Amino acid sequence: MDLISTLLGGLASGMVLFIVSVGLSVTMGLMGFVNLAHGGFAMLGGYAIVLSMRHWGLSFPAALALGFAAVAALSVVLERALYARLYRASELDQVLFTIGLVFVMIATVTLAVGPESQRVLLPAWLDGQTDLGFLRYRSYSLALIACGTLLMLALWLGFERTRIGARIRAAVDNRRMAESLGVDVGRLFTFTFALGSGLAAVGGGLGAEILGLDPQYPLRYLAYFLIVVAVGGLGRVTGVFFAALLIGVLDFVLKVEFPKGGTMFIYALTLAFLLARPQGMFGKRGA
Amino acid sequence: MKTRRLLLLALAAGCCAATGALAQTVKVGVVLPFTGVGAEFGQQVDRGIQMFMKLNPTAFGSYKVEIVKRDSKNPSGAEAKTAVQELITQDRVDILTGFIYSPDAIASASLVTEAKKPMVIMNAGTAWITNLSPMISRVSFSMWHSGFAMGEAAAKIVHAKTAVVGYSDFPPGKDSLDAFKRGFEANGGKVIDAIPMGGPGQVPDFTPFFQRAKDKKPDVFFVFVPAGDHAVGVVRTYGALGMRQAGIKLIGQGDITQDIKLQSMGDDAVGLITVHHYNADLDNPANKRLVAAWKQEYGASATPDFMGVQGYDGMAAIAHVVTTLKGRVDAEGAMQALKGWKFDASPRGPIMIDPVTRDIVMNEYLSELVKVGGRLVQKNIGVIRAVKDMCKELKEGRCK
Repeated sequence: MDLISTLLGGLASGMVLFIVSVGLSVTMGLMGFVNLAHGGFAMLGGYAIVLSMRHWGLSFPAALALGFAAVAALSVVLERALYARLYRASELDQVLFTIGLVFVMIATVTLAVGPESQRVLLPAWLDGQTDLGFLRYRSYSLALIACGTLLMLALWLGFERTRIGARIRAAVDNRRMAESLGVDVGRLFTFTFALGSGLAAVGGGLGAEILGLDPQYPLRYLAYFLIVVAVGGLGRVTGVFFAALLIGVLDFVLKVEFPKGGTMFIYALTLAFLLARPQGMFGKRGA
Repeated sequence: MKTRRLLLLALAAGCCAATGALAQTVKVGVVLPFTGVGAEFGQQVDRGIQMFMKLNPTAFGSYKVEIVKRDSKNPSGAEAKTAVQELITQDRVDILTGFIYSPDAIASASLVTEAKKPMVIMNAGTAWITNLSPMISRVSFSMWHSGFAMGEAAAKIVHAKTAVVGYSDFPPGKDSLDAFKRGFEANGGKVIDAIPMGGPGQVPDFTPFFQRAKDKKPDVFFVFVPAGDHAVGVVRTYGALGMRQAGIKLIGQGDITQDIKLQSMGDDAVGLITVHHYNADLDNPANKRLVAAWKQEYGASATPDFMGVQGYDGMAAIAHVVTTLKGRVDAEGAMQALKGWKFDASPRGPIMIDPVTRDIVMNEYLSELVKVGGRLVQKNIGVIRAVKDMCKELKEGRCK
């Protein structure tokens, strides 16, 4: 087995999982809201990115920015108009509502664009192979790893070093205390929700080359996004980062080594992990 | 009301008396995925059916054809079975056709046996499907037609000694693996690894599977995946992992060079060698006529592919059944009519229904993808004539 190639392949798909899932982790940690439609935002972002490149001739980075902005804006509208009504509802209601929203998204995209899968037209500098000196590897995977790492650093700095990051951390740890200290958790949530959905959109576009992009996307990868959040812990950027990488790499290695049962192992491992640490990798016990 | 109905009856009687006999209507039930992952395939076959009717307006003689369409949705077989049941009991169709995915045909086989309805398969390629019911005939292909031929060609023409096989994990995928292995190893090759690569319902990330294949360093990498988006993913991943530079040739059945997806594959696909019973670049008068009419009807960028042609030929078979049985279609009569039926005007060249197996006998074309004037074109580099389903011929596994 070519160990380094396998590792790089796994890291690249782990980065996609991270970019999509990080928003889900933070919003779930913040409000305890189970948003199963999170993958739907990733899909919508992916479509916005692919279609704006195809029809308006936007460059890949410009399309990513557009996808981020469009989906973040849409998510604010949905959050204020729909999600806000369900914050105090039971978890079952939240799950039913968000899964219903996923079906609406799937049907809308199928109707508007069609059932076939979409391809990202990668710019020439991301296509093909890059010579790393000791081996040649897919340029796009390397770019994904770089993007994911930079994003992780930016989010980490934002969470640890800025005022708004401190507020989010405070609200995740103890919402009532944060509120009584004057933190407007509702507004904070709208902001985080938009940021998380926007990041999911970027993940949908960046990951389309690897995960594909078609109307069934939100349901197909829902389990993976939830596994990442469950293993990483709620509201933990670093936790989600390492969980996503761990799952990406494990899934990749298992598929290379045992293609007959690769997907089964990942579920079994998650089950075992959560039995041992139900609070996730970095979560605090009893939180 | 009553008088009006009487009047209508009288009118109808009068017109019948005038023409001598009531034109018989034959109901054809078409089961295809019009939505879901296979929607594009459903559309291809459906267009093939329409094109046959359009280009051959006299094929059904004086008999009228009513086409009843049902959506088979997911490739699981469950929806197709429900559709077949409804077509038999509610719509009372005379003949059933369509069936893109093997599970669809497999799930429906027992129903057509019970109801004694003839079934003409327009795609589903698992070899042993025709053994499931004496009421089934197939105008499309079995995975063994091209799989076995590809194995032979890989050893003899490509001069490969070792091969890795990657396949989608469902019945036709396993068929392809067995067929290729049998053909390749009978001619001195060796299959060194076989990798299941996810299911047919969704396009997986092929990277880990191709990484494994690359690590094994074979001469050729034989891939079977369903036609369509899977195939585009295969070619992209092959290019992205630099397998060509590593000296590994990508070969496969024509599923991966499906004409409707060909131009979206990009330069990574150049040099790809496939074996199949049809491609839109075939040079024969019937095909040229079909391609021209197709582009006129559905637009210049549209093209028939092997599925469209199977729909076309399936309708030709049904027309033959209807005219032979003079409009009164029964399963036994239909199968008798189809056994040994020859059709020389097929866009894929001459075809015949094997009188023993009710499966198709046809040419297999070896082709290489080349770039001509900025377009990807399938250059035909060889033909193996009158190929039977080798699975039933060799009595392999479930084909006994």
